[in-house]
Amino acid sequence: MKIPFKYILRNFWARRLTTSITLGGVALVVFVFAAVLMMAYGVNKTLASTGSEENVIVTRKSSQGEITSIIDRETANIIYALPGIAKGSDGKPLASGEPVVVINLNKKSGGLSNVTVRAVAPPAFILRPQVKLKEGRMFKFGSRELIVGTSIAQNFEGASVGGTVKFAGDQWTIVGIFDANGGGFESEMWGDAEQLLAAFNRSSYSTITFKLANPDAFDGIQSAFAKEPRLQQFEPKIEKKYFEEQSEMMATFIRILGIFITVIFSAGAIIGAMITMYGAVANRTVEVGTLRALGFRRSSVLIAFLIESLIISFFGGCIGLLLASSLQFVKISTLNFSSFAELAFSFALSPSIIINSLIFALIMGFVGGFLPAIHAARLKIVNALRAS
Amino acid sequence: MANAITIESVSKTYQRDKMSVPVLNNVSLEIPEGEFIALMGPSGSGKTTLLNLIAGIDRPTKGRILVGGTDISTLSETSLAKWRSSKVGFIFQFYNLIPVLTAFENVELPLTLTKLTKAERKRQVELALQVVGLSDRMNHYPKQLSGGQEQRVAIARAIASDPSIIVADEPTGDLDKKSADEIMTLLTRLNKEFHKTIVMVTHDPSAADRATLVRHLEKGDLLG
Ligand SMILES: Nc1ncnc2c1ncn2[C@@H]1O[C@H](COP(=O)(O)OP(=O)(O)OP(=O)(O)O)[C@@H](O)[C@H]1O
Ligand SMILES: [Mg+2]
Repeated sequence: MKIPFKYILRNFWARRLTTSITLGGVALVVFVFAAVLMMAYGVNKTLASTGSEENVIVTRKSSQGEITSIIDRETANIIYALPGIAKGSDGKPLASGEPVVVINLNKKSGGLSNVTVRAVAPPAFILRPQVKLKEGRMFKFGSRELIVGTSIAQNFEGASVGGTVKFAGDQWTIVGIFDANGGGFESEMWGDAEQLLAAFNRSSYSTITFKLANPDAFDGIQSAFAKEPRLQQFEPKIEKKYFEEQSEMMATFIRILGIFITVIFSAGAIIGAMITMYGAVANRTVEVGTLRALGFRRSSVLIAFLIESLIISFFGGCIGLLLASSLQFVKISTLNFSSFAELAFSFALSPSIIINSLIFALIMGFVGGFLPAIHAARLKIVNALRAS
Repeated sequence: MANAITIESVSKTYQRDKMSVPVLNNVSLEIPEGEFIALMGPSGSGKTTLLNLIAGIDRPTKGRILVGGTDISTLSETSLAKWRSSKVGFIFQFYNLIPVLTAFENVELPLTLTKLTKAERKRQVELALQVVGLSDRMNHYPKQLSGGQEQRVAIARAIASDPSIIVADEPTGDLDKKSADEIMTLLTRLNKEFHKTIVMVTHDPSAADRATLVRHLEKGDLLG
């Protein structure tokens, strides 16, 4: 007892103007919806690719991020002596005690923003093999030189080889530009830990990162931290997990704000779809009466109009997604409020974003089409036929 | 001959803005099988209402209607829909073809409600279009046809599922004289050749002349 599908399809063409306007409305909302999810996922992905499974980062338990963490040298030495840390060819632990600070720099797009300066010990480059020099040369340990991530070079004034940056009462010369596989390090400036500590007249690191001797060594590290009274205030975490968690707050914020906004937007698209569908029913009241007289049931009429609305919203959703997918080539740099520093990331698409966006589109179509479809199904045949 | 349609003391009242409007008053009528009856009467006298009751798209407020032995006033909505699809052919004043479907598809529409296979449907549709003389217009859309042709497609749709009765509400009301004559010739043929019982509402005396029986309604009363 189904109304032929071609009836539904050809009505789109018959009403191509209203159909395409409604399609556009749904596409726009789905575009924004998908873009927001892609942005949140991009943040996740960037920070998740920052850390490694094989490294452990130690922070002070009460800290929110690296810059609010403090580890004094005495504690650092206790940590370096723990079993389970990989050793370099020189027999020394592969560990990097890192002071992390943020400084203000002028963005090319205007305005000041915070940039993370991470100062490292030589093993840092063994710990993070993804950090590769792209331009210029490596900074020399023992001098006030910096290398900067590609995103910093792109987005900040003077952040190019030969440029200087002023902070901690001194001029720091930029000697190289590095990339880091798209990870968060690309939004940082790196220099020598000892130089930075001296310049800031500080003696404590922010965090310590070391490489595990083997993948199973982490349990031992954890219990060592639990047992050692002088390490009670500090917490080891797998580096990858640490940066992932750092992205969670920002990503969640973007998602919630974005979904909130798009749900409000969607009211517009739903009303649009509803008006279109009420229009469709009004235009076809006599047709509905005729179909019913011929023997088609109320439920068939209901389904026909609902399907019509769902198809419009589905294709609107596809168009919105298609537009949003082009954002994958867009990289943006903005303040990450978990680290209070600039973070560059790309919009990233995932299968679950595609599915969620299409479901969102279908929900809009369903909600918008439901009342008109009910209205059509409830028409009395004689009244519908008299509508001419 | 048995009665195709028996109307027993039927009254119909419409509810409009809390007022009840009596439209049919205690109407009784027997239409024998194979009859071609024309219902006439002034505007608003209840002709369409009576036709709708016979066709099972509306229900009497009082009384019984038997069509082919079935008391349709007691059928559930679903059974009534099914009954209509197999027993009643509809012809409307404004043809009521589906504009987005071709002549062929319009005629096929009621057949999609049956168990017929696609091939069987095709044969029925072609046969029906042949009866109305529009085999060559199968793939035309309604707006590519003249009014008379549209009404002939509508007639093909009405007979496609081979119903026993055909209801026609002013089938020539929107047509010029020549097309109207063609339509009436066609209806007469359906009655004579195919033995369809036809109930037709009309204002047109020359159309009524083609019927085998003419009855008049006035203000909801069926005149003797
Ligand atoms: N669905 C309805 N709801 C309310 N009133 C109705 C309905 N259908 C018909 N009526 C009223 O019932 C009366 C008879 O209507 P009906 O359509 O049966 O007349 P008719 O004889 O077919 O007239 P016409 O020749 O103008 O078609 C009219 O007063 C009409 O307004
Ligand atoms: Mg009428």
